[in-house]
Amino acid sequence: MTDQKLRNRAAVIGVGTTQFGKLPGHDPYDLGAWALREALDDCGLAAADIDGVIVNRIPDYQRFCETFGLNPRFALITPGQGRMSGVSIELAVLAIASGMANTIALVYGNDGRSAGAKYGGDSDRYGGGGAEQSFPYGMTSPGAAHAMMFARHMQKYGTTSEQLAAVPVAFRKHAALNPAAVMRELITVEQHQASKFIAAPLHIYDYCLINDGGVALILTSSERARDAKKSPVYIRGFSQATKLLDSTFPPEDLWYGAMQSAAKDVYQMAGVQREDLDALMIYDNFSPTVLFSLEGFGFCKQGEGGDWMQGGRLELGGEFPSNTSGGHLSESYMQGWGLNVEAVRQLRGECGARQVNDAGLIQYMCAAPLITSIIYGKDAS
Amino acid sequence: MSGYLKPLPRIDEWNRVHWDGAREGRLMIQACSDCGTLRYAGSKLCPHCHGTNSEWKQACGKGVVWSWCVFHRAYFKGFESELPYNVVLIELDEGLKVYSNVVNMTNESLRIGMRVRAVFETATEEVTLVKFEEDKL
Repeated sequence: MTDQKLRNRAAVIGVGTTQFGKLPGHDPYDLGAWALREALDDCGLAAADIDGVIVNRIPDYQRFCETFGLNPRFALITPGQGRMSGVSIELAVLAIASGMANTIALVYGNDGRSAGAKYGGDSDRYGGGGAEQSFPYGMTSPGAAHAMMFARHMQKYGTTSEQLAAVPVAFRKHAALNPAAVMRELITVEQHQASKFIAAPLHIYDYCLINDGGVALILTSSERARDAKKSPVYIRGFSQATKLLDSTFPPEDLWYGAMQSAAKDVYQMAGVQREDLDALMIYDNFSPTVLFSLEGFGFCKQGEGGDWMQGGRLELGGEFPSNTSGGHLSESYMQGWGLNVEAVRQLRGECGARQVNDAGLIQYMCAAPLITSIIYGKDAS
Repeated sequence: MSGYLKPLPRIDEWNRVHWDGAREGRLMIQACSDCGTLRYAGSKLCPHCHGTNSEWKQACGKGVVWSWCVFHRAYFKGFESELPYNVVLIELDEGLKVYSNVVNMTNESLRIGMRVRAVFETATEEVTLVKFEEDKL
């Protein structure tokens, strides 16, 4: 477990997002710069106040810093995979705690929609490149790998596609309340069932969007955070775990064991129980990932997720409102970054029609071969 | 080889034995010469003992369907005419997993745990694919 002394050591003071959707003429550098300008405005800092930079999905950290006019002490680029958003935020906390940097900008830019990203076919590198060997059999895309994991869950536990529909239906309800969301038209379970398959058993509504956009977060030490323009949002706890051995193929336990380990660590570091959480931000590249995460992080027993998600449990007003922005399925596919920003905005009370009442603690979690979780708090208690 | 539109494997020194075997109707799998651990073709190092020597063994060619999916979208042009097509993850009796297709069966009849056996399907002069069909006892 990460040292409990790091609990509340760093805080998010600024967040920024671009418009989401189809933004032709913007490359990832522009989108990242746009988001970073918003984040600087949000906390009242100037570029010169930034002494650490982590860029993600933007192709080159050097070029980004050069074009934005930054000379940070600390600079890093992380691979353009969704699981790396959590890793990047956690590394920023460690860099701040160690004194490597005081104030770090995390910057993400994604022009996937305009660039025609498909996440399958010749450019598919899911599974660390091992997937390529299966192209002759037509196997490609992270969506198909998740379809296989869900088919396994269906067979083993009796979970149904109708039960899974609770995820996209709930997130779309949230997106309808979010003016920034790309997809805002409500959907029903019946529409989910009638929608076309991409890789069956997954329907198109089980897939995340592909769109353009940028996100930035600014983190600093909790001491410095008190001088920021808005109330800081504290990082109470964070953890990682992996299941990388044999990860060319879906894991036998659907990452359950590794998630259990990450859950134990994050709750212990944060000094928080599941029941204390006011909302969840669950990495939703595909709707089964949400089901697996809820089981892996212990909100219900393994195999019971299909049932557990029914009755509006994940919806605003429910027991654990999740992905209140609409998430990747309906707001914008910002690979975890948007979900972390939503956690901050909820804890600040900035979410308007989709605001969770008195939100004080929110957990981000990402199920993948590399698992991360972060617990954000409104107070540094 | 003209007319074959689907992706072909990139054959290299690490997987050549597998593809040579397939052409001769044998399913060849890689094993560590030091500790015997089987591994997915293409790696230099044994993840179990870190040995760098490996050898090839003929698998019995039987296994079970670990899971399945059915593609309704063609990410590769060569698969367009076959939509919807299945991809399965097979757990070989030796314990190793491989992606493949189940043939001689409708997609609707696929089920997890189904016993299957390898069948060899010529793609081009150089390449034969290892597919599977239901192993009716």
